[in-house]
Amino acid sequence: MLTQRLLTSDKGGMLVLGLIALTCILVPILNLAVPESSPFHVSTFAVTLLGKFLCYALLALALDLIWGYAGILSLGHGAFFALGGYAMGMYLMRQIGDRGKYGDPLLPDFMVFLNWQELPWYWHGFDMFWFAALMIVLVPGILAWVFGWLAFRSRVTGVYFAIITQALTYALMLAFFRNEMGFGGNNGLTDFKDILGFSITADSTRIGLFLASGIALMLAYLACRYIVTSRAGKVIVSIRDAESRTRFSGYQVESYKLWLFVFSAVLAGIAGALYVPQVGIINPGEFSPLNSIELVVWVATGGRGTLYGAIVGAFSVNYGKTVFTTFYPEAWLFPLGLLFVLVTLVLPKGLVGLIGRFKKSKSTSKQEEQP
Amino acid sequence: MNPFKHARNWSTKALPVKDPNFGHPLDTSHGPILYVEDVSVSFDGFKALNNLNLYIDEGELRCIIGPNGAGKTTMMDVITGKTKPDEGSIYFGQQINLRELSEHQIARGGIGRKFQKPTVFEALSVYENLELATAGNKKFWFTLTRELTGEQRDRIDEVLHTIGLAQSRFNSAGNLSHGQKQWLEIGMLLMQSPRVLLVDEPVAGMTGEETERTAELLTSLAGKHSVIVVEHDMAFVRSIARKVTVLHQGSVLAEGSMDQVQSDPKVVEVYLGE
Repeated sequence: MLTQRLLTSDKGGMLVLGLIALTCILVPILNLAVPESSPFHVSTFAVTLLGKFLCYALLALALDLIWGYAGILSLGHGAFFALGGYAMGMYLMRQIGDRGKYGDPLLPDFMVFLNWQELPWYWHGFDMFWFAALMIVLVPGILAWVFGWLAFRSRVTGVYFAIITQALTYALMLAFFRNEMGFGGNNGLTDFKDILGFSITADSTRIGLFLASGIALMLAYLACRYIVTSRAGKVIVSIRDAESRTRFSGYQVESYKLWLFVFSAVLAGIAGALYVPQVGIINPGEFSPLNSIELVVWVATGGRGTLYGAIVGAFSVNYGKTVFTTFYPEAWLFPLGLLFVLVTLVLPKGLVGLIGRFKKSKSTSKQEEQP
Repeated sequence: MNPFKHARNWSTKALPVKDPNFGHPLDTSHGPILYVEDVSVSFDGFKALNNLNLYIDEGELRCIIGPNGAGKTTMMDVITGKTKPDEGSIYFGQQINLRELSEHQIARGGIGRKFQKPTVFEALSVYENLELATAGNKKFWFTLTRELTGEQRDRIDEVLHTIGLAQSRFNSAGNLSHGQKQWLEIGMLLMQSPRVLLVDEPVAGMTGEETERTAELLTSLAGKHSVIVVEHDMAFVRSIARKVTVLHQGSVLAEGSMDQVQSDPKVVEVYLGE
């Protein structure tokens, strides 16, 4: 019953989930078991790149849940991603111990450099993984709860909501740039050594992180499917289409928006936390409003309002970005902007919608052939 | 002073309202189910409602007419909690003060509203539209984890038949005709098991046949529910109304049967000019 609801009625999603599962099985084998001389070998660089894409896809999924289904456009979702990333980064910093440049057993390098004598209170506890994991969920979740409660209660919607979320991430970026904040300022947190006792640069750890990202993405996808196919999911769609009708049907619209926003922020935080150990750095640049806008482009390109569309969008745009920036590193913003304009004008339902349209025209032409 | 006034019994205490569980029987022992008394609302100095007094009896079908700007829609906004009145009181039964409640609480409590423009959830099917409107626990965590009960499904089927959309239950609501959307919206109100139905211009833009069916539908609902219809179409009002209230400049100008009202010189003056 539940599998039917979550999977079989969702062909595109099944296909995308199947591909992710396949990647999760093949990539570790091709990386670890196939010798480097073989043409089938997948380099560790490619594993990390794919792992990064998986985190982006999870972030895109989080945005699609609120934008595609509830019609809440957040232009600051990168903030939750970055907060999750910072929480993970703090754990990784504490794991360095006395192996840092300055060899201080307790203080991370940048604090020694700033002549700090003791660890700030908010850095306590981050030496334990369970505590960091809890913060990865709680910090984005609580911020989203407070922010959402204030915004939704005042019935801030549409473009105004988008603008204040943009302001939120910009404000956080400025704050995290400050050295006094105690998060490494401009340079952020980096130079990580190991995670849960495994060396962070080892191939096997890379594969582990890659698998964790893939599994997180698949589980998150199922959780989102569960939400959108439940009765609450239908209420959420109705809020998008006719908010006051929903309100006069007896639903407290604000609380639906709020819980969905919080869940989405938590997913974004988890994505950030998985991203940081793979790229090896987190700095305030992750809060940059531009990142959040790029994220919106991924979702729009893939097709908003279909959860798997967000995953398709995140992979295709980022793959395009990787290829493009190899040749013209500085010019990426132009194709990105062009892509957004084109998608908005020509493909309102994104790539996924294009496939759907193609199928439809094929089936109608078939009908014409055999009247 | 006011000939229409037969005030709520003020010795009855108002119920405390947190999340009003309107589950207990509504006290309508004095006749009316809805009391709107001395209500005034102004927007930037314009008095949309001016000392409005209106009493709706249980099971009554009441038509409200009036020229543009008479305050008909504002009156609905005030009853459903969308607009808070500047003055006056609005009671649901003897004990429930609607001024203190928000829209979703009033809706859950049993006052349903149909908008002027048909608003159904176009992305969902007819069945899902009714499913959403079903009375019951409407908290997020509840709707996330629970399915409908068999009883609620039966109720949906019943309403599908009442509004004549049983054949198109799986159709997308966005593909319905204008008239069908109006009926679906009335059906959604019925799913809330409301005590009072507020219906704003139900036959605007309908064909003659559709209008007739709507008239039948609304008349059949009266008795089980109190129905308040705001309408411009005089022929339609004549065909369903037993009692008509004429609003003008935010207050009641006349009240009575259609014939009485139409022969009232004040009403004639307002509608035809001097």
